[in-house]
Amino acid sequence: MQLKKIRHELGVAGCALLQVPVAGVNAANSEWDIDTAVLYYAEGDGRVSAFEPAIYAGKDLDDGGRIDLRLVLDVLTGATPNGAHASSVTQTFTTPSGQSSYTAQPGETPLDDSFKDTRLAGAADWTLPVNRLSRVKLGLNASREYDYTSLGASATYLQDFNGRNTTLSAGLAFNNDTIRPVGGVPTPLSPMRQPGATNRVGPEDTKTVADMILGLTQIISRHTLVQLNYSLGLSDGYLTDPYKIVTVVNPVTGLPDNTALLNVNADALPYVYEKRPDSRQINSVFFRTVHHFTRDVINFSYRYFWDDWGITSNTFDLKYRYEIGRGYLQPQVRYYLQEAADFYRHNLVQGTDVDASGAVLLDTVSSDYRLAKMTTTTLSLKYGHALGESSEWSIRAGLMNQSVDDGDVPAGEETPDTDAIILNAGYSFFW
Amino acid sequence: MNTVKPWDKDLLAEPSMQPVPDYLENFYDEHIYFSKEASTGGQSVGGGGCGCN
Repeated sequence: MQLKKIRHELGVAGCALLQVPVAGVNAANSEWDIDTAVLYYAEGDGRVSAFEPAIYAGKDLDDGGRIDLRLVLDVLTGATPNGAHASSVTQTFTTPSGQSSYTAQPGETPLDDSFKDTRLAGAADWTLPVNRLSRVKLGLNASREYDYTSLGASATYLQDFNGRNTTLSAGLAFNNDTIRPVGGVPTPLSPMRQPGATNRVGPEDTKTVADMILGLTQIISRHTLVQLNYSLGLSDGYLTDPYKIVTVVNPVTGLPDNTALLNVNADALPYVYEKRPDSRQINSVFFRTVHHFTRDVINFSYRYFWDDWGITSNTFDLKYRYEIGRGYLQPQVRYYLQEAADFYRHNLVQGTDVDASGAVLLDTVSSDYRLAKMTTTTLSLKYGHALGESSEWSIRAGLMNQSVDDGDVPAGEETPDTDAIILNAGYSFFW
Repeated sequence: MNTVKPWDKDLLAEPSMQPVPDYLENFYDEHIYFSKEASTGGQSVGGGGCGCN
């Protein structure tokens, strides 16, 4: 039994280098590692909340391979920002279906409260040994929600060197997604209209995403390992958010103004649907180190991200696992800084960005705050407890804050902070 | 940097020394930040798409 356990543990060390997920506890080779968890995520002010149960199952195969399976249900409700900014006047918007309207009172950030969705996602990975020192990991993934379907496949090759102290990996993934927005795909840069009429180009659109990763994992010492990845992603197709709009304002008053847009549609509201580029290239360099202090463990990662939309970001993530008897306490800090996309705009100014005929003079524009200059700060605390040799439970509570730097915008139009609580609980066992 | 021998990998073999020690927790974090930020990826490929961003 002890030999079996040691053999498995060395196998786990190999898995660490290979980035093959393993359960949080040790298992005999013939057993399934099962992780179950549930997430509750809720934003303040009645905005988005998510309830997300998930199950993961992994098993080592007799031939040295491994299979990993994941199933996730995601139930979303709440109100979400529509892109328009707060104003000193009451604003009226049409729901995505085009059948009804909602309002934002003076000073309120406009929120679309018709947002509701349920998503089911599954993934399966199969790791096959090629020879004693190399493996191939093949993956399939699919997800379905009311207005979005995603299908994907991936393949990663992993090669050990240097007495299995070094692992090089190269991976490719391809995704084909279909978007079927409620009410259809809005005509980009066209006006939002009053209920009963819509500007639409069709019922659905598609996008493809190809990702590539090159990775190096290196054992530095008996206590330390490091990881370095370079990732490249290419997206093509419909990359716009069909539910986001941009406010058109009067150059003198700064208030929403539909005067020019009325030349496009007689029932135009002072908002146009956003438009993003139809391609995107993203890049990132990711570094991680894990260090064992013989008792406690520190896990730190840093990512630098850049893309051809003008977005750059820095992400720092630090976890410290403090052992307490059969349990552990793990505080976590994550800090994220993002620069805005080139086409991010607080609003469009009539006469400058929109001509007298109502035509938008920019090729691409979005007021989605997620493309703005901003920071995200997350603090969390986790407690985990082992129940014998074969199971463990854990619970984590976190607070997330997102703060947008609007720059020079009129008072009262600033993007409010997004505050959210993150609660998740997990139970791992063998079966 | 010396090569660490198999019999010296006891600490490295512990679950807490996995780069991703909690698979589902990491999945949750990736999903949350994918939906709330403009940056994504870096750790692996093949996670799948989502209409949240």
